[in-house]
Amino acid sequence: MEHYMMNLTLKVWRQKNANDRGGFESYPVKNISSEMSFLEMIDVLNEELIRDGKDPIAFDHDCREGICGACSMYINGRPHGPWEQNTTCQLHMRAYKDGDTITIEPWRANAFPVIKDLVVDRSAFDRIIQAGGYISVNTGNAVDANVMPVEKDKADAAFAAAACIGCGACVAACKNSSALLFVSAKVSHLALLPQGSPERKSRALNMVAQMDKEGFGACTNTGACEAVCPKGISITNIARLNAEFSLAALVSQ
Amino acid sequence: MKWSEMFTSSIGKKLVMALTGLFLIIFLIVHAGINACIWANDGGEMFNKAAHFMGSTVVIRIAEIGLFLGIFLHIIQGFMLEFQNRSKRKQGYAVPMGNKGSKWYSRSMGLLGTILLLFFILHWWHFWVPARFIGHEELTELEINGVHMHNMYNLMQYTFQELWVVIAYVFACFSLCWHLIHGFQSAFRTVGVSNSKYVNLVQNVGIGYSIIISLAFAMMPVSMYLGWV
Repeated sequence: MEHYMMNLTLKVWRQKNANDRGGFESYPVKNISSEMSFLEMIDVLNEELIRDGKDPIAFDHDCREGICGACSMYINGRPHGPWEQNTTCQLHMRAYKDGDTITIEPWRANAFPVIKDLVVDRSAFDRIIQAGGYISVNTGNAVDANVMPVEKDKADAAFAAAACIGCGACVAACKNSSALLFVSAKVSHLALLPQGSPERKSRALNMVAQMDKEGFGACTNTGACEAVCPKGISITNIARLNAEFSLAALVSQ
Repeated sequence: MKWSEMFTSSIGKKLVMALTGLFLIIFLIVHAGINACIWANDGGEMFNKAAHFMGSTVVIRIAEIGLFLGIFLHIIQGFMLEFQNRSKRKQGYAVPMGNKGSKWYSRSMGLLGTILLLFFILHWWHFWVPARFIGHEELTELEINGVHMHNMYNLMQYTFQELWVVIAYVFACFSLCWHLIHGFQSAFRTVGVSNSKYVNLVQNVGIGYSIIISLAFAMMPVSMYLGWV
C-alpha cells in the first residue's frame, strides 16, 4: 500500500470534568503518516500540546489491538470511525487524505457521562454484568474440559456472542441510547451453553432490570448497533434476549 | 417478577408495542379485504352488504372495542417510548450518524405514527362517526334483499370527490407502508423470533404485506376520484 503524509484539522470535544459544559476545539496536525493508527495520530497531537504546556486530550485506550474495548471515539458521525467491524485503535490513517477535517466526540448517552474530554464512564456495563452476566461453579478440582457435550452450532453462536468487548459503540450509535445489543450478547453467550443453564431465567430478568436502572433507552430494532459493532455482534441476539426475558418473566413467581 | 414490572421494563414496553402492532396488522387485512368489495363492479352492493355485516354483527362489535383498546394502547405506549427514548441522550452529537447503519423509516416510527394518528382522526370523521353517531346527508339508506342498511358506498364516493382528501389518504398510505415495513419485522423480533430461517421469511413477507396493503388502501380513493368504480 502506498505510503503518504498528510496534514489534517481535528475538531475535538474538550471538557475539563463531568460538570464542565465543554465544547469543540480545532487543532491542526501536520506530517501524519498514512501508516499511523488513529490513536498514534492523537498521541502526536498530545505530545505537541504537552510541549506547548497545554492539557493533552484525555481518551480511553488500553490494548491497542482491538480486543479490550477501551477505546471509544465517535469519529465523523460514526462510533469507531468509518471502517466496518473495527475499533478506533485499529483504524489507520490511510482511511483519510490530506486536508481532511475529522470531528471527534465522546460516546453520548446519559448512562455514559463524560468524565473528561473523550473519556466516558462506562461502569454501567460493569454493574449490568454484576447483575447476572456470570455462571456459578462449584469449587474443587478442575472439571474435565469435555465432560459437558455442547452442540457445535450452539458453541459457535455462543462464541460469536462472547466476542463482545463491551466497548459501548452500540449505545453510542443507537438513537435511543439502548444497551440491548451488549446485554443480549452477554445473555446469549451464556444462555446457549449448558453451563449457563441454572441461572438462565434470573440472568435475563436481572440484567435487563439493571440495564433499565442505569438509564439506557428501549430498543426499537433499527440495527444501527449491529452496523457499528467492532465484533460484528448480530441483532439476532436481541431477538433471543427478548424471548429469554419474556419467557422468564411469564413463568417467574 | 410482577406483571407491572414485566410490562414497565424496557423489553415489556416493546412487547406491548409488538403485540398490539401484530393485532393491528391482522385488522388491516380484514379492513382492506372488506373495502376491496368496492371493486366488485356491482354499484357497491357487495361492499354495502359487507359493511352492514361488520356493523350489525355482535361479535364484530365486541371485537371493535378490542380494536380501539389495541390502537390506543399502541399510540399511547408509542408516544411514551418515543419521548422516554429521546430523553436518554441529553447531549446529542455534532455530526449525526444519519443513515450510516439504519434506515430512515426505522428511526422515524414516531413521526410516521403521528402522521397516521392525524390521518385516523380525519378518517374516523369521514366514515366512522357518521355511520355510528351523527349520520351524513350522503349516507343514504337502502334496502338489499329486504334488509335495511346504510349506503356507505355512496358516502365513500362523495368523500373521494375532493382532490385534497384523496391526496391526504394517499399520503397516509405512503406513511403506513414505511411504518409497516419496519414495524412488521420489528414486532416479530420483539416477540423473540431469532431463527434466521424465520427472520428472513418475516422480512420478505413483511415487505410484501406492507406494499400490498398500502397500495390496496391507496387505490380506493384514487379509483373513486378517477371514476373507475
